[in-house]
Amino acid sequence: MKKVIVKLENFSKNYGEKQVIKNINLEVYEGEFLTLLGSSGCGKTTILRSISGMDKPTSGKVYIDSEDVTDLDPSKRKVNTIFQNYALFPLMSIEDNIGFGLKMKKVPKKEIKKRVEAMIKLVHLEGYEKRKPKELSGGEQQRVSIVRGLINNPKVLLLDEPLSALDLKLRKKMQIELKQLQRKSGITFIYVTHDQDEALTMSDRIVILKDGNIEQVGTPEEVYEQPKSLYVADFIGEANVFNGEIIEKNEKNDVVKINNDVNILIASSNHNLGEKVKIVVRPENIKLIKESKTEKNLCGVIKEQIYDGAFTKFIINIDKLVIKALFIGNDKTFKVGDNVYLKWQVEDAIVVGK
Amino acid sequence: MKFDNKIFKFIFIVPVIIYSVFLIALPLLYIFWISFLKNDSYGGIINVFTLQNYIDIFADVYIKIFLRSFLIALGTTFICILISYPFVLAVSHKNKKIQQILMTLVMVPFLTNSLIRMYGFTVLLRKYGVINQILLNTSLINEPLELMYNTFGIMIGMVYTLLPFMILPLYSSVLTIEKPILEAANDLGASKWQTFKKIILPQTLPGLFNGSLMVFTPALGYFFIVDILGGGKIMILGNLIKNQFLTARNWPFGAAISVFLILITSILIWGYKKIGGKMDDLGGM
Amino acid sequence: MKHNKFLDNICLFLVFTFLFLPILVIILFSFNTSRLNIVFEGFTLDWYRELFNNTSLLIALKNTLIVAFVSTIVSTIIGTISAYGLKKYNFPFKRVVNELLYIPVVIPEIVLGISLLCIYTLLKLELGMFTLILAHISFSIPFVIINVRSVLENMDPNIEQAANDLGANKFKTFFYVVLPSLVPGIMSGAQLAFTLSLDDVVISYFTAGPGSNTLPLQVYSMIKTGVTPDVNALISIMLLIIFALLMISAIVNLRKLKYEVTR
Repeated sequence: MKKVIVKLENFSKNYGEKQVIKNINLEVYEGEFLTLLGSSGCGKTTILRSISGMDKPTSGKVYIDSEDVTDLDPSKRKVNTIFQNYALFPLMSIEDNIGFGLKMKKVPKKEIKKRVEAMIKLVHLEGYEKRKPKELSGGEQQRVSIVRGLINNPKVLLLDEPLSALDLKLRKKMQIELKQLQRKSGITFIYVTHDQDEALTMSDRIVILKDGNIEQVGTPEEVYEQPKSLYVADFIGEANVFNGEIIEKNEKNDVVKINNDVNILIASSNHNLGEKVKIVVRPENIKLIKESKTEKNLCGVIKEQIYDGAFTKFIINIDKLVIKALFIGNDKTFKVGDNVYLKWQVEDAIVVGK
Repeated sequence: MKFDNKIFKFIFIVPVIIYSVFLIALPLLYIFWISFLKNDSYGGIINVFTLQNYIDIFADVYIKIFLRSFLIALGTTFICILISYPFVLAVSHKNKKIQQILMTLVMVPFLTNSLIRMYGFTVLLRKYGVINQILLNTSLINEPLELMYNTFGIMIGMVYTLLPFMILPLYSSVLTIEKPILEAANDLGASKWQTFKKIILPQTLPGLFNGSLMVFTPALGYFFIVDILGGGKIMILGNLIKNQFLTARNWPFGAAISVFLILITSILIWGYKKIGGKMDDLGGM
Repeated sequence: MKHNKFLDNICLFLVFTFLFLPILVIILFSFNTSRLNIVFEGFTLDWYRELFNNTSLLIALKNTLIVAFVSTIVSTIIGTISAYGLKKYNFPFKRVVNELLYIPVVIPEIVLGISLLCIYTLLKLELGMFTLILAHISFSIPFVIINVRSVLENMDPNIEQAANDLGANKFKTFFYVVLPSLVPGIMSGAQLAFTLSLDDVVISYFTAGPGSNTLPLQVYSMIKTGVTPDVNALISIMLLIIFALLMISAIVNLRKLKYEVTR
């Protein structure tokens, strides 16, 4: 059994009249990389701020390491926060910034110096000790802000969209660095982001939030391959959505009637006969064929072919429905205007309910 | 912890509350209060309600003083604007370094006491003062000019003392005009006057109003300038109030005039806010 | 855009001549052999020597400096913590307090002067150094608050939260993180408070007592009877000091400017 390090219990938060977090329960395990994922206004930052203590919950409790910290001041909590804009102290040198937490704890100067040095080494910023934050690049500043938290050996490090101010290339690099840092230090990371790519590449578990509710909690594979709702399916990765109705239930499969009188097979679901369902198929799981041997394939016209180096993307119109299909490499088998049939494996069709 | 936070909050808000209540609100309310009381012939105040002080304000003598005060303040404001515009534009044409030196130089006289500078003017302006001596010696005039102990002298003193209050806000608003805009205007064939009217003036309007406010209101009250350069024959609102409090010892009437002055200031501030002026700009640096 | 440099320079020359003429005249006459400030007769340094025998003048100078320094220090401290308190906390009638603070900035000084005089009389406070300093403090505080506030507005609120998060309580956060960031605003507020105090005539006129004569008040009382040249000498020395201080601050500012440009 994994140890629970942070626990939110019946946690709600109101800003004035508006309830931004609606009675959620969440457990974070020791040593994991947990991501809170959602679009802006979903409440992810609010959750982070109540773990750090910068916001107090309207109702409910927050536990850190089994201790009720709901009313504890941020300075007394064994967690540290990494801010989106780094929030480095502008007038202090890099080493003073990193050593600030230890100085507040009255750690002897000599030891502070030693530990700061180790941290600077950890993020490869040797030679920057005496500089001011302004003189560093965005990526360097972010590294400083991360070790400024790490040096205190927090139970949990809270990261509030720490990479969003960086450009794409640097962001990718920092994602790997962060993941490595987390593994090396063994510290629990709670990471807030609206970027699903970031969430998928870095997390052990992802919490998907919508309007102050938890939509789904799971590993990256789980939330991608078995989304529990249309929202999750749409938010994580790209999704083609078909509306349909279950018209037959066999031993192994259900038959779903989707538009154009096409019937498709899906793995047995817990939906009843006659129930309306939504079927999600990921673009990379769709195969295109020129001729159909069975009646059960959808037929459409290629409207657009987009080549971006690694992938070729097809936009296919089936009446009013727009379908996306994705292929590795430069696919020249089809061209715009071609009539094509769509095919996928039975297990790639995911039912997400109504 | 909770207790600590309370002490912290206490330290950080109690001084300003005490200050604003006891050193701003109460003194002004007290003035307001005594402006409705009677004075006795010995300079004391009798606790009897009266509107007489406000009625007295409308006597001919005082109306004349009010009018003169307004004209002097208005003239001062106008002249300050006329001097400040070409000045700040000339400054803004220099490079950054020189701009900073020039603006520091503007502050230098400002750092010596204004009364002392008025005294310097008496040395310059009096009948056989420096200026008249020079003019007489170079035979440009035969008789010494009357440069002070009249409205002219007062205006010089007022403009001199209040000029920085116009220059500073105007300068900071000129800084907000971006060079490319002026270049574009020039490129599109705008004349200097058109550029000023269409671009510089609208952009500097906030600074202009700020400066006008900071020149006009003090000009109503600077009794010492009028005393020194007006020679005691001329009176403005400031002298009137000063006399009521220190010489005539009619505090209620002096208070009533002060309330009147507060009223004028309030109307000006209201207008300043109405056109989008920010209060913080009035006291910034 | 082409500017007429010649016209520009003429304009600058005229304005600066106007601004400096009365001061230059005072400096010139401080070296004048004649006792009357009318005609320049010859060069002497006598008045600078005489200055040190004129006790009433030296006391006035001492008073001026005490008032300026004490009121600047006190109003800077109160103004700084008030600006922070007003930004961070809510309390009943905060809006009223905020509006009241603008009164000393915009109201004619004479109204502030007589209202303080009235309240002093009401409270039976004897006019003297204390009442004078209190008056100077009370017209300086809003200027400090406004200047500190402008820096505070631009400060990243996350910085305080970061300090708090790293284990600093409110006091430590204020002293280690907030206060250093406010220094530019505090300095310009203090400079303004000091300038206003040195420059003030009107409010001092009503709130000073027999024992608290300041230099401007001393000069005021002398103008009708005639100002002695040793006053010129004193003013010249003060000007020299002020000018030196200003130049130092200008050079420091220029260095900073240069540093920012070259970086």
